[in-house]
Parts: sequence; C-alpha cells; structure tokens
Amino acid sequence: MAENEHIVIESGEAAQPFNYAVGMYGSRFFKELRENKKIMGVKCPTCGKVYVPPRGVCGPCFQEMKEFVEVGPGGVIGTYTILRFAFIDPETGHQKPVPYGYGFIKLDGADTLFQHYIDLVDEKKVRIGARVEPVWANERKGTIKDIQYFRVVE
Amino acid sequence: MDKAAIIGIGMTKIEARRDDWTFADMAFEATRKALEDAGMTIGDIDNVITTSNDFWDGRTISCMAVGDASGASDKNVSCVEGDGTFGALYGLARTLSGSYGTTLVTAHSKGSQSVSSLITNAAFDPIYNRALGLDMIGACALQASAYMHRTGTTARQLAQVSVKNHGNALKNPVAQLGMKLSVDDVLKSEMIADPLHKLDCSPVSDGCCAIIIANEDRAKKYKGKPVWIKGVSMCADAYFFGDRDLSTAASLSKAAKQAFAQAGINDPSSQIDFAELYDAFSYQELMWLEGMGLAGDGAAGKMLEEGAFDIGGKLPVNASGGLLGGHAVIAAGLYRIAEVVRQIRGEAGAYQVKKARTGLAHGVNGLAGQSHCVWILGKDK
Ligand SMILES: [Zn+2]
Repeated sequence: MAENEHIVIESGEAAQPFNYAVGMYGSRFFKELRENKKIMGVKCPTCGKVYVPPRGVCGPCFQEMKEFVEVGPGGVIGTYTILRFAFIDPETGHQKPVPYGYGFIKLDGADTLFQHYIDLVDEKKVRIGARVEPVWANERKGTIKDIQYFRVVE
Repeated sequence: MDKAAIIGIGMTKIEARRDDWTFADMAFEATRKALEDAGMTIGDIDNVITTSNDFWDGRTISCMAVGDASGASDKNVSCVEGDGTFGALYGLARTLSGSYGTTLVTAHSKGSQSVSSLITNAAFDPIYNRALGLDMIGACALQASAYMHRTGTTARQLAQVSVKNHGNALKNPVAQLGMKLSVDDVLKSEMIADPLHKLDCSPVSDGCCAIIIANEDRAKKYKGKPVWIKGVSMCADAYFFGDRDLSTAASLSKAAKQAFAQAGINDPSSQIDFAELYDAFSYQELMWLEGMGLAGDGAAGKMLEEGAFDIGGKLPVNASGGLLGGHAVIAAGLYRIAEVVRQIRGEAGAYQVKKARTGLAHGVNGLAGQSHCVWILGKDK
C-alpha cells in the first residue's frame, strides 16, 4: 500500500425517503392549480400584503391569514438567471440539460415573488420587468410542476 | 455588554480535498492550534461549542462526532447548526452568562465529500421550491441580477472583486486559492449562471477553525494578546426567497447598526479600519459593504475600482483572500473572525493592513444572505 493512499468509503445508493405534509394552505394551493389552473395567494388582514405561496402567518405582523385571493396567472419578471452549468436534478438524480431559465415572478395582485422556470426560446427577451404567463402541464398532479414554466409575452 | 475577548485562534489550511482527514482530525488540529496560540491547555477550557451542519456532514447529530476532538470530553458541550459566527455568538453568550470563564468554539466543513448543489437545494422549501432544482449558485445569481439591476453595478466591478481577493489569497498561507488574475480572465471564465462567471464563485472547501473566548478576568491569565469583542449582532430576513427584496440586505443593515451601536461607533466608514466579510460570490462583497453602511448604496463598485478595498487602501476588505480564496462552508465566518484577530495583533505577515485597531468580521447563514452576523473587534478594551 502506498503511504499516501487514503481510503474513502461511499454512501452508495442510500436514500432518506420523507413525506412532507403540505398543510391546509398548500393543499388549497395545489388543488386550485390542478383542477382550475388558478394560482392562489393569501392576504394579511393587518398590512394587506398578498403572499404567494400561501401560508398561515404574516411574519412582519405575526398575524394569522385566512383570506385566499387569486393572483396572476400573468406577471412580470422580478429577477432571473440563466443556468448554464449542468447540475444534478434532485427529482431525478440525473443532470438537467442546460441552459434553462429561472425567474422570480411578481404575479399580478401578489406582493411576493414566485419561483419558476422561464422559457428561453428568445433569450434576449428574458429581462427584469418582462411580462410573462404560465404554460400549464396537460396532465396536472397537484405539484409545483402543474405549471411547466413561464414564457415571455409581448 | 460586559467585556470579553478572543484569546486564541486556530485555523487549518483551507484545502480543496483532504482525504487524509476525518471531521474529527480537522477539529483536533484546529483546537490544538487555538490552545497553543492562547498558551492554554484543554483543562483551561470551561465549555465547548461545535458548529456544523448535518447535511454537509452526511450524518445526523454531526456536532457530537467532533466533541472529543474539540476537547469536550466531560465538559458542557453544545452546538450550533449554521455559520461559525453564529456558533461564536452562542459561545460569547455562554461566557457572558457568568457560568463559564472560557469557551472554545469550533466550526468545520468538508465540501469535498458531498454534492454541494444537492445540499444547498435541500435548503429550499420542499413543498414549493425544492423540486424546481434551485441551489445556492442559482439563488445567488438571481440576487446578483437584482442587485446589479437596481444599483447599476457592472460585471467588470464584480470581476475586480475576484481579482483582488484571489490576489490577496496568494499572500495568506492558510488560503486555498491564490491566483494572479485580470478582470478579463474573470469575464472570460465559463458563465455558470448569469451574471456569475466561474471565477465570481468561491470554491467549496475543507477546513476547520477554532477560537477561544474569555471573560475579562480570564483574558489576562494566559500568554495570548486579547482582542476585545466590542459589539456583536445578528438579524434574519424572511424564509421564503420570494418574500425578500433580493437586491438589498435589510437584515444585514439592522445587524450592523446594532453591532456599531454596541461598539460606540457612530461613523462606521471612518471608524472601522478594515473588514473580513462573506464573499461567497464576488457581488456579495460589494452588496454587503453597502448593506453595512461601509459604502454608499450602489457606490461600492466605484470605490473598489479606486482601490479603496485593497490591502493598502482606505478600507482593506478581505485582505486574507476571503471566501473566494477558500470557502470551508460552515467554518467560513469563524475564519473571518480569526483573520480579524490576526490583523489586530499585527500578525498577518504579507497581508497585514496598516491600520488595524478596529476590525469587522461578518458571517452569513441561509440562502443568499438570509441571516447575517456582524462582529466588531478591537485592540483596545
Ligand atoms: Zn401583515
């Protein structure tokens, strides 16, 4: 054995399966996506801020939120990036083909930004402030991928 | 705040990959260095804080695996999951509680052992965000776009940060990635995620850092020159990425303001002599400087071009090479504290800054600066 040989042990195919409860707010959100192609937010009764995705508490007000409001489906790009390095897709364990776009989108009627993919058909049009709309999956399962991606519209 | 000081530091050399080290081996080396630096033995340490992250370490309760190597056997030991600056804040609180005269704090990371994009992806909300695959690099690219759009900071200015910090790293024996670069070298390096080129991104490294905090009485008992803790504060922004204004660092502004107030600093840009801050990506150095009020909003890029942040400049920033020079993830902020201590003692050798009476160290936890911890350290009690 070479003196400078240092042994490394691999974890192999070990996995840690986990079930995430999406809760009451998430269930409503995903059902509306799946059944009605609607994007739902929730409004704070104190400050009036509309949050997407919906959740039970407005952090700054420490206030319970119960009023669901429909937002979007259109909006504008708040910020974006174009991924050009191949990383491992956590869903599949395989490298995702590059390039592809990511946006944080200010949906109409919302006060927070919503994360999704942005189509790169015309890369030059992907800019902060560009108007976008969702492209829906044909077969919707009640997950964030019921929206395939957002595309820039004129 | 009662007085407390940092009386010992120990840094392992930051490296790309150390297969000859376990986590415990790294912690043992950093701990022994800190004790030697302070002129202490392990019996002089009253309690221990270890800092780690279970995903990065590939095991649960990762903090306990380095207990013995951190000298915690038969001692009260606790842990922090997050950046080393947050572990050090807990260590300071324990020291100031009056229960312990001295606290040893360690933070370790081995980026070489895992797939970093999977780990940072797992920091995102598993219900709405994680399945879309965003990781730390993508998240920070989104923030860089927003910051550049709002302030007009340019890609050349970002590249200049990389040139400066990789250049500084050449002078620091514990840095991993010293390189002599030009702005064009950075701009010609592979585009990873717009607007970040490969050389705008720090490496993910192996390393461990340890510091020893002592109360006023104990700080005088050992041979080490105490560096006094003048102010410390932390603040966290919203968890959901889309809730934040990514182009500003509101939580950093708050943390810095509180830390300055504790330290009796009312004009930070003239009273802070130098800073070591969390430049995981080039743009962050500029954005954090503005967030802390050490540069005007949108003005850091220009100051950088004028040489203000060079080792010989008006406000040297990351004279050590920063995270761009080597980024042992969880330990990165604790390295910043140790580097500030080194400067204040006048022991930084080839990267020693001229005026080092009062220095600032900064750490980040969470995605794209979700939470910030700011330390003001000084030569004078
Ligand atoms: Zn509210």
